Amino acid sequence: MTIVLAFLAILIGIAAWWLSTQRIMSKPWLEIGVIDEPPAARPLPTAKIGLGVFLAVAGVLFALSISAYSMRLQAADWWPLPVPRLLWINTGLLILASAALEWTKAQSRHANLDGVRFGLIGAGIFTLAFVIGQLVVWRELVGEGYFLASNPANAFFYLMTGLHGLHVLGGLVALSRVTFRAFAADGARGDKIPGERGRLRLGIELCAIYWHFLLVVWLVLFALIAGWAGDFFEICRQVLS
Amino acid sequence: MVDVPLGAAGVPPAEVEDVELYHPKSWLTHYVFSQDAKIIAVQYSVTALSIGLVALMLSWLMRLQLAFPGALSFIDADAYYQLITMHGMMMVVYVLTALFLGGFGNYLIPLMLGARDMVFPYANMLSFWFYLLAVVVLFASFAVPGGPTGAGWTLYPPQAITAGTPGLAWGIIMMLVSLMIFIIGFTMGGLNYVVTVLQGRTRGMTLMRMPLTVWGIFTASVMALLAFPALFVGCVMMLFDRLLGTSFFMPEIIEQGARLPYGGGSPILFQHLFWFFGHPEVYIVALPAFGIVSDLISVHARRNIFGYRMMVWAIVAIGALSFVVWAHHMYVSGMNPYFGFFFATTTLIIAIPTAIKVYNWVLTLWRGDIHLTVPMLFALAFIVTFVNGGLTGLFLGNVVVDVPLSDTMFVVAHFHMVMGVAPILVIFGAMYHWYPKATGRLLSVPLGRFHFWVTFLGAYLIFFPMHYLGLMGVPRRYYEMGETAIYPQSAHDLNIFITVMALLVGAAQLVFVFNLIWSLRHGREAGGNPWRACSLEWQTPVTPPPHGNFGKELPVVYRWAYDYNVPGAPEDFIPQNQPPLAGEMAGRTP
Repeated sequence: MTIVLAFLAILIGIAAWWLSTQRIMSKPWLEIGVIDEPPAARPLPTAKIGLGVFLAVAGVLFALSISAYSMRLQAADWWPLPVPRLLWINTGLLILASAALEWTKAQSRHANLDGVRFGLIGAGIFTLAFVIGQLVVWRELVGEGYFLASNPANAFFYLMTGLHGLHVLGGLVALSRVTFRAFAADGARGDKIPGERGRLRLGIELCAIYWHFLLVVWLVLFALIAGWAGDFFEICRQVLS
Repeated sequence: MVDVPLGAAGVPPAEVEDVELYHPKSWLTHYVFSQDAKIIAVQYSVTALSIGLVALMLSWLMRLQLAFPGALSFIDADAYYQLITMHGMMMVVYVLTALFLGGFGNYLIPLMLGARDMVFPYANMLSFWFYLLAVVVLFASFAVPGGPTGAGWTLYPPQAITAGTPGLAWGIIMMLVSLMIFIIGFTMGGLNYVVTVLQGRTRGMTLMRMPLTVWGIFTASVMALLAFPALFVGCVMMLFDRLLGTSFFMPEIIEQGARLPYGGGSPILFQHLFWFFGHPEVYIVALPAFGIVSDLISVHARRNIFGYRMMVWAIVAIGALSFVVWAHHMYVSGMNPYFGFFFATTTLIIAIPTAIKVYNWVLTLWRGDIHLTVPMLFALAFIVTFVNGGLTGLFLGNVVVDVPLSDTMFVVAHFHMVMGVAPILVIFGAMYHWYPKATGRLLSVPLGRFHFWVTFLGAYLIFFPMHYLGLMGVPRRYYEMGETAIYPQSAHDLNIFITVMALLVGAAQLVFVFNLIWSLRHGREAGGNPWRACSLEWQTPVTPPPHGNFGKELPVVYRWAYDYNVPGAPEDFIPQNQPPLAGEMAGRTP
């Protein structure tokens, strides 16, 4: 459970920093009148904050699975899986998807609607390819006899890749909505409808943030699965005990 | 004197961007698939209260079995465990969590902050329908072959998914699926509660001007968002173990000479995951109760809350600390004694912010102008009950005292006092307090007084004797004492007494239900602000508040929510949206 506590400590740190900017030491019983918060107090759009809170929740979910994984790792009957080569390709695909969205973000800032459409489609294709690649990995492993129930290492592999995959699929739903919006938006008309372009840009930014998050989670999970994290856990355990 | 720029009379309107309000087009989208937080709040509350009544009746059946073993032919050991499990799970998750966050959270957060609605109304609506679906799945488990699970509300593996536990075939699956749906639904609601507090506050409503109710619900929502994933992961893993034959939690088991296909799993892992959710859950229920009680006491004692800042800090501190105490539920799980020492220490440290809150409530009452209205009676009863339950918590928080008391009726008495009776008293108080805002009419006072005294005294008559039973060593979770002659006759007599009291108190709740329905039509007209309270929900132009809450313009906030009996003010309360009165600043000295 150390890992999830470490993750929570980070979240609590962020919360504490945020609270410290909120005049938490003020004496409200002495203050009458309108207190206008500084303009920087609410700098972000609501949807972005909503996504941030959601990422914290999803982060706890993954931190907990990793915690469970690290507790289970110590048992003697743990036979790690081989790392299929396809996982490397999948990792590359997810990086490409993330990069494509970052590029799309830049295009939307330059108001290049064609670029935005191109980037969104690209990101969607890379991500779909990643999901299909993960499914192929599952099939390969099952074909080689690494069934879900035959070893805890397998169970954790399927559970964690499955959880991650579901989050990717959820992201794809959002991405497809943004893509539709991009295609529905008329370059010339978009300027006239107030807020329409802003909405599109916000949607792209939200997708980009979510994809980067999924990428980071995937890299951590991949490191665990490939077994590099085992040494890291060992060092941590020695430090703690 | 703190230097604060004073708003002149002609302040510009609120600079919070107006949310795009959704407008219901038909009866169906207005009352059923509504995206208005107030309607969703009522939907949540009515659903949760109905489940509460069912769970209450389940407890009756358990009590009847304990007092008169064998009197009800349909209760055998299996049925008793099913009753225990469903009663516990319903009350903790589907009643208390849903009522405080989904019910009061939805109703009060936008109104108290001067917002038109939650920030994500569509997700808010989905949240309720997911909750209802979770409830339907849970209740459906009564109808499946084998009945609901009897694993106890903690669902500990391996017994939860091993032969011999009732509901192995379907019940446990339904339970896990229902919990997962609930958590997904709650996450959508919880995002709303948290982000609305962050983004939806009206002009002038700084964090330190929010009523403590909002602070409590806000902090509890943050905690719930971070704690429920642990239960979710536990549920997924157990579902894998049950359906797909993995061994996350299942050790090697020999059953009637045959080795089960499981092997190598860790049951303790589940306990860690469960209590990582389970302990914060206690405070997820308690913090909204703390907040609401603070407001009730301040309003009905006509006195500003003592130590507002301390109250806020204490809420936040309790929220953070409650994530590092979970293993005090696992003292007897065979864990490292040093861990036990660590968790006992953190557990006792939590008593400090909690005690600060109790002192501040009492000091708010001190020299207040106490009106013994029905909400106030419930609030006072809460303080007493919470202190009682908290004191036995100090016993159980210490490893050496906990070990002999573990799994006795003492534990049952403790958590029912602190997490059952105490929050329920607040829920009742809050219902009496805010019912006039939601319906425009007051609840009947004589019926309310009757309801209060029977519930308050009755709850003590039920749960005080249980402490003695526990000290005698009477174990919990036993469906009958059987031939155990070690318990004196007095223990059996006490059991009968407790059961009679439980039946009476349970029946008295019907008075409350009747009051809720009867007053809808026949209650006294309340007007907009019957309690003469300061916070924004009482300042709406129309009562009950319509869609959009505040009419054309959002209120602007000039002061905190506790300006009662300010010297020199024309009335004994000054609403939060009242601009500064002439000469008011001079009257305030630090």
